[in-house]
Amino acid sequence: MDDVLLRLSGVVKHFPIRQGILLKHRIGSVQAVDGVSLEVRRGETLGIVGETGCGKSTLARCITRLHTLTAGTVTFDGEDISTLSRRRLRPVRREIQMIFQDPYGSLNPRRRVGSIIGDPFAIHGLADGLERKRKVQELMELVGLNPEHYNRFPAEFSGGQRQRIGVARALAVRPKLIVCDEPVSALDVSIQAQIINLLEGLQADFGLTYVFIAHDLSVVEHVSDRVAVMYLGKVVELAEADQLYGGPRHPYAAALLSAASVPDPDLADRRERIILTGDVPSPVDPPAGCRFHPRCPKARDRCRIEEPGLVARDGDPAAHLTACHFPVEAGENLARA
Amino acid sequence: MSTTDRRPALAVDTVAPVEGRSPWRLAWDRLRRDRVAVACAAFIVLLVLVAILADPISKLIGYGPTQQDRTGGITPDGLPTPPSLHHLLGTDNLGRDILVRIVYGSRVSLAVGVGAAVAAVVIGVVVGLCAGYLGPAVDSVLARLMDVVLSFPFLLFAIALVTVAGPSELIEIAVIAFFSWAAVGRIVRGQTLAIREKEYVEAARSLGAGDLRIMFVDVLPNLVAPVIVYTTLLIPVSIVFEATLSYLGVGIIPPTPSWGNMISDAQGFYQVAWWFLVFPGVALVLTTLAFNLLGDSVRDALDPRTEIRGR
Amino acid sequence: MATLLSVRDLRVTFPTADGLVLAVRGVSFDVEAGRTLGIVGESGSGKTVCTQTLLGLTRGAEVSGEALFEGRDLLTMRPEQLRAVRGARISTIFQDPLSSLHPLYRVGWQIVEMIRAHRDITRKAARRRAIELLSMVGIPRAETRIDDYPHQFSGGMRQRAMIAMALALDPKLIIADEPTTALDATVQAQILDLLGRLRDELGTALIMITHDLGVVADIADEVLVMYAGKVVETADRRTAYYEPHHPYTKGLLESIPGAAGRHGALRPIPGQPPSLIALPSGCAFHPRCRYVMAECVTDEPPLHDIGSPAHRSACWLPAYQAGLDRTGGVRSG
Repeated sequence: MDDVLLRLSGVVKHFPIRQGILLKHRIGSVQAVDGVSLEVRRGETLGIVGETGCGKSTLARCITRLHTLTAGTVTFDGEDISTLSRRRLRPVRREIQMIFQDPYGSLNPRRRVGSIIGDPFAIHGLADGLERKRKVQELMELVGLNPEHYNRFPAEFSGGQRQRIGVARALAVRPKLIVCDEPVSALDVSIQAQIINLLEGLQADFGLTYVFIAHDLSVVEHVSDRVAVMYLGKVVELAEADQLYGGPRHPYAAALLSAASVPDPDLADRRERIILTGDVPSPVDPPAGCRFHPRCPKARDRCRIEEPGLVARDGDPAAHLTACHFPVEAGENLARA
Repeated sequence: MSTTDRRPALAVDTVAPVEGRSPWRLAWDRLRRDRVAVACAAFIVLLVLVAILADPISKLIGYGPTQQDRTGGITPDGLPTPPSLHHLLGTDNLGRDILVRIVYGSRVSLAVGVGAAVAAVVIGVVVGLCAGYLGPAVDSVLARLMDVVLSFPFLLFAIALVTVAGPSELIEIAVIAFFSWAAVGRIVRGQTLAIREKEYVEAARSLGAGDLRIMFVDVLPNLVAPVIVYTTLLIPVSIVFEATLSYLGVGIIPPTPSWGNMISDAQGFYQVAWWFLVFPGVALVLTTLAFNLLGDSVRDALDPRTEIRGR
Repeated sequence: MATLLSVRDLRVTFPTADGLVLAVRGVSFDVEAGRTLGIVGESGSGKTVCTQTLLGLTRGAEVSGEALFEGRDLLTMRPEQLRAVRGARISTIFQDPLSSLHPLYRVGWQIVEMIRAHRDITRKAARRRAIELLSMVGIPRAETRIDDYPHQFSGGMRQRAMIAMALALDPKLIIADEPTTALDATVQAQILDLLGRLRDELGTALIMITHDLGVVADIADEVLVMYAGKVVETADRRTAYYEPHHPYTKGLLESIPGAAGRHGALRPIPGQPPSLIALPSGCAFHPRCRYVMAECVTDEPPLHDIGSPAHRSACWLPAYQAGLDRTGGVRSG
């Protein structure tokens, strides 16, 4: 059995911008995801970090085929799912599930919780009536909810509990891969840890594979085996978690890591932040060459012209890929660049 | 580590300090507390009872709706008699008891009013749901259809249809529903377009649900609240619509009483018999008012702004 | 150090259809001139209601207590007096600059109008000041950007514009309510850097309200931890992070990745924050507390001194229990 569960190859997703009175014609496009190639191995957690506009949420929806791809392929468990029709995708949907960010928006407020969690069983015709109820209550207990609250509405639960409902729903038909799109960002700090622990526990118990998307770097570091850093629709660095956090090679990754808020006063005092200039450019009109060059403290002429490939750079292990012509060297301090 | 961390969470999660109440229950409680709503509901219930019990009531009063009382119901000059002990609300130009006619007229108003409103809402919801959810291709066709229907001249069409099909309650319901469904459809379409972008719909799609299932299981329940509100507001509109049609002679035609045709008949006599015009008019106004106020209260109950009540 | 703001026993209650919401239940703290106080709490802790009440921005609430600012009680001021204080002596920065800036008026105009509402200067002079402020907060080409509308600014720039507005009248105190929560990490770093520099240069006192313990570690001098409407711990920065006493503070620090050590297991606080209508008896945190004792259920612990300078905690545990346990067990004396 192939070790790779999910393979993304040159995935591109552009959203056209249309204008016109009668017949709308395309004047440009939002290049949300612009050529991403990744592999996710069975049983691992791949973290994806990036800021607003980097395309991570769009990528999540490309993986789960909620979007149609503009180009590229998504291969799941050996099968190319990039262009499958809705009907042919249905059995695949049992295997790939998603957990959403907003505990208040991802659950239908007018439906009872038991019905929401039971949806996957109904859709795929797997269990009916009492059998379905039993399974739903089993799931509720599994995620730490009281099974007697089967008939309640989402509004009667707290944010953390609602996120547990989302987890139960995703878990219902025992998927192989769960794409978690910012699953704890909207929760209170003391609740985030509960959900993180829950997800980790379930992964161990059910042999799940996670793609974990977040903007909080410390959360991603904690849960992930490998991490991909995205910027403006591209992956700029991909490495094992401790390698990335120990020594980022891409200047953007370095800046991102240095910008993360650290709940440790001494560390915060000692650390010198790399403060980037300017704002993130628009994905409608990304810069030429390396997309990060306008804000990069190390940018040189080559960066303006030639886009760097995502490859292992000198001195790095084969698994550590960086898309930069002049990666950060050990001991180099970009804060003073 | 993983299993022990789950147990404490479960133990504490079951301690729910404030007993949860479903959104419907909350709305119902709010409605019950609203005195205006309760009064209007009582009036409407009374009206419905009166309509159902029209026959026994008529027997009790002693006159039928088309029965002409030539002895006490008409003055020597052939004019209607004013309210008296025999005829509590007076008589009309043919000596018929107005109270009894109002009672029977309520049947028409309620049947047609509610019937047409419900029919319009059902059609409107189905069309609006399809237009809003099934994508731009279907939407452009259905949306244009709704625009066309909304631009129809109601009067001309109503008259034309009655000429072809003959006046009856069923035709009235059909005509009113035909002119009302598009307004509902537009609203439902708008709501559906908004709901379609919600994350829980995305979640349903990611689970593998088909369009039809999402429309009826996920979108429709969220439309219930605005639909209920719209229906309670559409009923009085339909009642007035019916009265208008009857008034113009293309609805219920005499001798069957309808508040509309009673008002029409009363026009020629109001200078000498004010009761002939006023009482059916009052009945119409009160009924319309009751439904309107109830509709407002229902809307407030279903979608309140947070109230912070000062002491 | 002069005490700029002194809050004593602030209580804020909201009467609602479901019952009395006890949002703030006796909060006291001091802010000294030029210092930064970080108020940490989650939803329902009362941190936002607290500061909004100080500025008279809460509607329909029953307020009691005292809040002395420059010798005058903010809670008993007349609305006109309060309005004179707001903006000029105490200014605020909110979380979402998109909703705090009026979308239909140019940014420069908004700043100018605000200045002229409090000071008697010409429009030209106010405009010069506005340009100066926008440059100070790091908005490039301020002379041209001053005439832009809010939607033409990025999120980070809007927040900078808000800071510029907050500084316009040289306030003594700035209250920043989750100013960086809606921003990306790199932008947040820029804004915190800016706030820190401005505070150092201008000597303004700052109250930073946030749920992000990293932000507080960065910028605060003193830390105030709130839970269920009360202050549960107050300490200086290092003490709060390295010698926390209150189990809630400890719980927070143990549950965020990054504080407990790189690969340490996360230890979440079980359960969820209580409803402010039906609070638990005794200490509001007791249902979730690892160290709960009999007295915690019946008696609410007062905020009292724990030992080191200005370290106070509202917990029945003895003082020596302060400090994170890295071994996973209860720290024994």
